[in-house]
Amino acid sequence: MSQANNGGGKAVPVIELRNVSKTFGEVRSLSGIDFKVYPGEIVGLLGDNGAGKSTLVKTVMGFHRPDSGGEIFFKGKRIDDWSVARARGLGIETVYQERALCEKQPIWRNMFMGRELRTKLGLLDVERMRAECSRLMSEHMGFTSAAVHPDNVVTTMSGGEKQGVAITRALYFDAELVILDEPTMGLSLTETKKTLDFVSNIKKAGKSAIFIDHNIFHVYPVVDRLYVLDRGKVAGVYDKSQITMDQLIERLYHVARTGTLS
Amino acid sequence: MSTETAKARPADNRVAPPSWLRRYGSQLGIIGVGIAMWLSFVFAAPAVFTNIDIYKAFAQTTPQFGIIALALTFVVITGEIDLSFPSIMALGTATFCLLAQAGVPWPIALTGAFVVGAMCGWINGTLVARLNIPSLVITIGTSFLFRGLELVLMNGTGVPLTADQYPALHAIFREPVFGVPVQTLWMIAVAVVLWILLNRTRFGAHVFLVGDNPTSARLMGVDVVSVKTRAFMLVGVVAVLAGVMTSVYGYYFWPTLGDGFLLNTIASVFLGGTSVFGGTGSIVGSFVAAYIIGAINAGIVSAGINAFYTQLCFGLVIVLSVVLQTIIERRIRRQSITGR
Ligand SMILES: Nc1ncnc2c1ncn2[C@@H]1O[C@H](COP(=O)(O)OP(=O)(O)OP(=O)(O)O)[C@@H](O)[C@H]1O
Ligand SMILES: [Mg+2]
Repeated sequence: MSQANNGGGKAVPVIELRNVSKTFGEVRSLSGIDFKVYPGEIVGLLGDNGAGKSTLVKTVMGFHRPDSGGEIFFKGKRIDDWSVARARGLGIETVYQERALCEKQPIWRNMFMGRELRTKLGLLDVERMRAECSRLMSEHMGFTSAAVHPDNVVTTMSGGEKQGVAITRALYFDAELVILDEPTMGLSLTETKKTLDFVSNIKKAGKSAIFIDHNIFHVYPVVDRLYVLDRGKVAGVYDKSQITMDQLIERLYHVARTGTLS
Repeated sequence: MSTETAKARPADNRVAPPSWLRRYGSQLGIIGVGIAMWLSFVFAAPAVFTNIDIYKAFAQTTPQFGIIALALTFVVITGEIDLSFPSIMALGTATFCLLAQAGVPWPIALTGAFVVGAMCGWINGTLVARLNIPSLVITIGTSFLFRGLELVLMNGTGVPLTADQYPALHAIFREPVFGVPVQTLWMIAVAVVLWILLNRTRFGAHVFLVGDNPTSARLMGVDVVSVKTRAFMLVGVVAVLAGVMTSVYGYYFWPTLGDGFLLNTIASVFLGGTSVFGGTGSIVGSFVAAYIIGAINAGIVSAGINAFYTQLCFGLVIVLSVVLQTIIERRIRRQSITGR
């Protein structure tokens, strides 16, 4: 499993899963997953509906605890008390497939959800959160700051605007690793382009990303490496240099039919 | 991402900043209801309602349940309910009495009582949040549990709390300060502290998030179990404070303490605009609503209305104000009643 951009296997992965399985009652969503993301690398995650992509992402985030036997490493250090708060504290941010918004709350509360800004006294810095939120909305979401107000509740926003909040939120904290689970779902062409640019910019900034999207034309151009998941297993890992888009598409069909890549 | 695409977007001015009215709609609604009710009382019984005594009377009694309503607001915003606080009031106050009778100095006895209140809240919170048991169900159960424990401990008998024996307690919880009923000063103090807790701390922010959408909150790293547990503990501690204050006011700890508090308190929270669905609510609303309910109680009695009518009037006023408030709030938010 060589990787394209780090000159051999020397670099320590930002995040690594070893032999991770996840069972919900009788459903085995992940089984024996080995997964790595290196610094400065964009990793694509492909697979059918229900393949386990979102489950994998939530396990990386510490939302799901892996079944016993699975291990999670952050920058080479094994971490046993993994949690979302811990993961975010270490610089991992996620745009979840379900967006994870609290819709009755104003935008600023959503933007800083779980990582609220505080004053020196330890109290919430509501004014700064509002101001930052306005700024982010005009700079990244394309709202002019005078028009959209951070005090607006999320409920009444359009689907794409809600998504904008989720994406902007992941961007704000300058994460080491950004995870995007189907970020372009339901976005207009221009918004999709902005999101894809954003993924490329992550790489330029030397940060890493995990990118999930069903549209292979979105995924292939921006990623360095690709994992193909099938029914909870890693069915294949490719460097982009090893595979053309056409070959990849053909293999995906093959996986869907047979469950193997060979 | 680039500002060029931003300028090309035509949809901007569609999203207007929410007006002041819109943002504070529910608080304004309840304040409006309060003023309207007060005016109607003044017109109905001017002799009573232009006299300061009536205000002193209900400024003493309202905080007895009102401060619990302030704390209960947190639990309701998390989308839960606590029906066991009347029993916690009694169990906590019983703890205080037993410790004090055993010769423990009053500040320590009081602290012990608060610890018991916090423990009761912890039990409620743990059962609700960790084991995912509906709070409506389990707090009925713990209500009997705490009450039963208290009755067994006290053997069903009460304890006199005279000013001679407990001068400090009477000074803190009973004596007016410059003519202002100290109970209301306590209510204001608790309201200020809890307002800050709800609106200016991480815990408060998480209370809103947890009540709005617990899954989203968890995905973003909010510890839902801990937030809910702490909210229940807050109610426990404040219920004990109210229990001691109420008992000192009556010079006596009755083992039945808390009877008759349940509906007044819960009505204050809901009348104050806190949503039964969780995620929204305010301390200001509960504060004003508690005094409205206190005023109805005091007003009906002192206006000389036949006692048989008390409940009827009470019910009418509460139902009407909730309906009015809902309509006003929807108007302000420019939503139709059915949401269409
Ligand atoms: N909390 C859960 N409880 C039970 N089963 C779950 C849970 N989360 C996921 N699953 C199951 O795990 C499997 C993988 O789900 P997952 O959401 O990871 O798929 P996915 O690859 O993200 O699919 P999609 O492309 O549709 O988003 C599915 O069969 C799903 O039903
Ligand atoms: Mg998914």
